[in-house]
Amino acid sequence: MPPTSHPEAKNMTGTDETSCEPVIKLDKLVKFFGRFAALRGISESFVAGQLYVVVGDNGAGKSTLLRVVAGLTQPSQGSVTLLGGCNIRNVAHSVGYMGHAPLLYDELSGMENLRYFAGLYGIADDSVCRAAMRQVGLDPKLQRRVGQYSQGMRQRLSLARAVLHDPKLILLDEPFSNVDAHSAREMATVLGQVRDRGKTIFVVTHQTALMEPVADEFVQMSEGKIVSRSRQRPSPQSSTLSSELERI
Amino acid sequence: MKYLNIGFIIFTLALLGFSTYQALFVAPTEQTMGDVQRIFYYHAPTAWVAGVCFFVNFLASIAYLWKRSLNADALAAASAEVGVVFCTIVLITGPIWAKPVWGIWWTWEARLTSTLVLWLIYVSYLILRRFAVGSQTQTLAAALAIFGFVDVPIVYMSIRWFRTQHPQPVIAGGQGSGLDPVMWHAFLWNLLAFTCVGIAFIVTRYRLQKLENEVEAAHAQRAIAGGVQ
Amino acid sequence: MLVSSISVTRSTLLKDIRLEWRSKDAINSMLFFSLLVVVIFSFAFNPNAEESRRIAGGLIWVAFLFAAVVALNQTWARELRNQVLDAYRVSPAPPNALFLAKAVGNFLFVTILELLMAPLFVVFYQLRSEGPLWQLVVVALLGTWALVVNGTFFAALSIRTRNREIMLPLILFPISIPALLAMVDTTTIVLTGDGTPDFWLKMLLVYDVVFTLVCLLLFESVLNAE
Repeated sequence: MPPTSHPEAKNMTGTDETSCEPVIKLDKLVKFFGRFAALRGISESFVAGQLYVVVGDNGAGKSTLLRVVAGLTQPSQGSVTLLGGCNIRNVAHSVGYMGHAPLLYDELSGMENLRYFAGLYGIADDSVCRAAMRQVGLDPKLQRRVGQYSQGMRQRLSLARAVLHDPKLILLDEPFSNVDAHSAREMATVLGQVRDRGKTIFVVTHQTALMEPVADEFVQMSEGKIVSRSRQRPSPQSSTLSSELERI
Repeated sequence: MKYLNIGFIIFTLALLGFSTYQALFVAPTEQTMGDVQRIFYYHAPTAWVAGVCFFVNFLASIAYLWKRSLNADALAAASAEVGVVFCTIVLITGPIWAKPVWGIWWTWEARLTSTLVLWLIYVSYLILRRFAVGSQTQTLAAALAIFGFVDVPIVYMSIRWFRTQHPQPVIAGGQGSGLDPVMWHAFLWNLLAFTCVGIAFIVTRYRLQKLENEVEAAHAQRAIAGGVQ
Repeated sequence: MLVSSISVTRSTLLKDIRLEWRSKDAINSMLFFSLLVVVIFSFAFNPNAEESRRIAGGLIWVAFLFAAVVALNQTWARELRNQVLDAYRVSPAPPNALFLAKAVGNFLFVTILELLMAPLFVVFYQLRSEGPLWQLVVVALLGTWALVVNGTFFAALSIRTRNREIMLPLILFPISIPALLAMVDTTTIVLTGDGTPDFWLKMLLVYDVVFTLVCLLLFESVLNAE
């Protein structure tokens, strides 16, 4: 029978944020979509309080990895241990996720969206939502519907939604897509500050130059596996369009 | 295992032959309806087998949701398909029987109508299986199967009440009541034979599904090892 | 930090009402579609008062059934736009709260639709009720919940399939036949004053309880099937 979805942190072992206790542990993780293996046996650990930048070509499995860690997709084989527990539902209140798509309601305003999602985490206080909006550079008083936002504004609101419940682990999938360079730099700085407060952040992005000042580690994926992890920004493997553009 | 299967199929065919002989030649001719009544020996056991198939489907679906076992899902798929086939036979033999006896092809009487609704429910299950995408197919189908089966008694009771209020001619007038002992004999033989036929079909279809699952798993393993397919 | 089911259900319901009010997707199409169906039926079944009372039971509920399907598809379609359902799934909010909110929301929409359409039917078919009307109201409420609770569940299911819009009626209608039968027969009984709908009342009650339970038990599996 399906597991209960009470987010009582029964399995949390109260990890010290600055210790070397792994916050995510992947064990022989495999994910299929039909016959296509998006993740082909990943066994890695990630410690807390770090900002990981996940890079790789399209189709390497970056988004899938994030979705599996967020609990949106069940692994086909292998396991994910998150914040000390095997049941991702139990630690849902400590995880923030920002997907490719905006994950917002077009017909509601920014504050209305955030107020609703805050309610899903048990937060009834408006000031939390206002603070989250201000943190990403949006005006809480804006009545405009999200459907009429610019793409950059939508990305920023989506980020606000992902972090408003102060999660320990933040998973961001292409947060900078279609965001102007200035806002993107600001967002990157904000992420660095969040990491300095002891949070763990995973960012999937092609814009490695942008993340270089704040990243702790670059995790390179290729064809469903993690091929390298280093503190150095990886040089472009093949001459893909995005890496060409970065060089400009 | 394979030889056991073939042996069982041969046994079933023999049994079917014997029971058909019983139904067509040994059993006496019914006094009011004549030879056409012999359809009863096919109509009733087929209905029974269909019901059993759907019950198996119900149990297998629960097992799948509980244990997430692909074998359970294979059994669910197999039993639903075989059940629909048998149900179709019931719906065809019913009118064939009705036409000479009552002069009409179809009547909205309780049993036949319930069978039609049953058929609709499980055909919709098969359609869902065909049109669902990816690995969620099994979960969605299992959920629908549970709904469908839970609905069956409610459907039957509703239609029966509706029909006692608005009566229609009954096709199988008191089947089983006042059956000649030799007729009972033939009926039971056919019941056994058709049950075996049902089992043979389900087992074969189940094994086919298992093979398909194994092929998929092998492809998957190759995809893990060898790279993007 | 436990997240209360009731508050999530309420906030989701209010959010849906606000969304519907602003976009008016479902209500407009439902209303217009039902009107169309009523008019077309009037051409197809051209009744005098006596005949119409006999078939009105069937007609009204068929019209509502088709209109309800439009609404049911819409409520989940809204969650798939921008993949916003992922945001719910990733949160600690209980899945059943989402289901209840959607089911109650659909129930409200369809009931409003019935309240708006019923007068039209009365006028077009010159209906007059011979029996106690309250029985009809009770059966209408129970029957609408029966349709809506299964409909909400199956809509969530069918949205994942390749031919989503047609899949919902395909799987919903067969299973809803008892509920449909109950509503049609009761309408006829009450309008003609002929007999009593006690059995149907009891049957619908059982149907509602059983299927609401089954929906609540199975919804989480369906929500997270991927």
